[in-house]
Amino acid sequence: MQRFKILEYALSSLGRRKGKHLSIIAVYAFTISVLASILLLSHALREEASAILADAPHVVVQRISAGRHDLISTDIIDPVRQIPGVGEVRPRYWGYYFDGITGANYTVLGIDDRRTVELELLEGALPEAPGECAVGGGVSELREAGIGDELVLVDSRGVGVIFEVVGAFRSESNLLTNDLVVMSNADVIEFFDLPQNRATDLSVEVFNPKEVQTVAAKIKVLYPDTRPITRSEIIRTYDAVFHWRSGMVLMVFFSALIAFCILAWDKATGISAEERREIGILKAIGWSTSDVLELKFWEGAAISVTSFLLGLIAAFVHVFLLDAPALAAVVKGWSVLFPQFRLTPSLNLYQIFVMGFLTVVPYVASTVIPSWTAAITDPEEVMRA
Amino acid sequence: MLKHRVFAAVTLLEVALLVVLVLHCNARRQRESASVIPANRHLARQLELTDLAIWTEARYTRHPSQADRFAPFQDLPSSLEHFPAGSVVPPPERAPEPGRGSR
Repeated sequence: MQRFKILEYALSSLGRRKGKHLSIIAVYAFTISVLASILLLSHALREEASAILADAPHVVVQRISAGRHDLISTDIIDPVRQIPGVGEVRPRYWGYYFDGITGANYTVLGIDDRRTVELELLEGALPEAPGECAVGGGVSELREAGIGDELVLVDSRGVGVIFEVVGAFRSESNLLTNDLVVMSNADVIEFFDLPQNRATDLSVEVFNPKEVQTVAAKIKVLYPDTRPITRSEIIRTYDAVFHWRSGMVLMVFFSALIAFCILAWDKATGISAEERREIGILKAIGWSTSDVLELKFWEGAAISVTSFLLGLIAAFVHVFLLDAPALAAVVKGWSVLFPQFRLTPSLNLYQIFVMGFLTVVPYVASTVIPSWTAAITDPEEVMRA
Repeated sequence: MLKHRVFAAVTLLEVALLVVLVLHCNARRQRESASVIPANRHLARQLELTDLAIWTEARYTRHPSQADRFAPFQDLPSSLEHFPAGSVVPPPERAPEPGRGSR
């Protein structure tokens, strides 16, 4: 019962300085929402990348020339296929296209038109004949090219080539296909004027996933000028890119954390004369030191818990209901074609608990500790000070 | 004895709102895990895609997993980073030599 009375007094005490405490709650909740938005967004992006790219090629083999990616000879396909454990080895033909009209970069990707592929996220069909293409949502929107329309691109000889759009990727696949222009391998070779027997890179299938590293090592021994990139390396790349320690995310994260530290430091470095007088009066009328500390604990806990919950709610709404508009602008950079994507919500409760522990506990401590120094001083001295 | 009841009610309301949001997100996650993600995985497998189409301003931001190892500095040694996306992508950790296991 006494505890409730102290809580009641703590809440009344907060109410007496309503403006000050409401502004602390607003700043505290905003800081928590920034921190939580970053953690939720980076975690969701990381989970999405590893889920989507889980079926990326087992090994991609690039040729490195003078330290840079170069076209690879298709003559090595058969020797690579002879390596035990290797299944299909397919040349990949792809490249980049700068569209002078819109200022955007597209990724032009070739597919083997002899393979029949059914794609749930494609309206229309994949290109099967020369002069046909399928486009991603971003390209379709930017060039106003839907199914049945024409897409004019300038090839490497400077000649405009007309492609008929036969397929358009649905918006659910924007994270993968937003800037894609898919055409047949023959069209890509012709468009970029690639030399004969040369491909952009090779895609190697390995039957046993445990042998991927061994196969990659054998390819490297057979062809020292190549760089095999395994599926696990691809997934690890995105794990690093969207890790909370990565560049921009870390910068925003630390800015918010420093703002919070300043808030807590301001509380910890001292209490106002009015608060000291209040503690002195409470001691003089018979409150014990532990009662005063409990009072201050409840004051700190009430502000902390309210702000933490408000911040978390704001972060959830911002990231998963509004698709993180504030952070998307930071992540977007200079991309002309930036996908409108909807993230699959993904929670890491451990991160939330750690954030709660790192913010609520220091704030409560920074409220209680300066009050403790006042509470153990003689009440008369405190009131006279 | 009214204020602590109001405080408890407000806190419970916040917790309830948070729980509703978590449940809503979980339901959406399960729905999308069953439809959109498998469809995207299938797409990546069939088109042999290696990267997400997020940043299209440079080769090494469009295909971070396929970029040269010194990608952000490919124009000249110690050149300044051109693109904001480069600040999001950290320097690559040293890749393992194939065949020596993962890091």
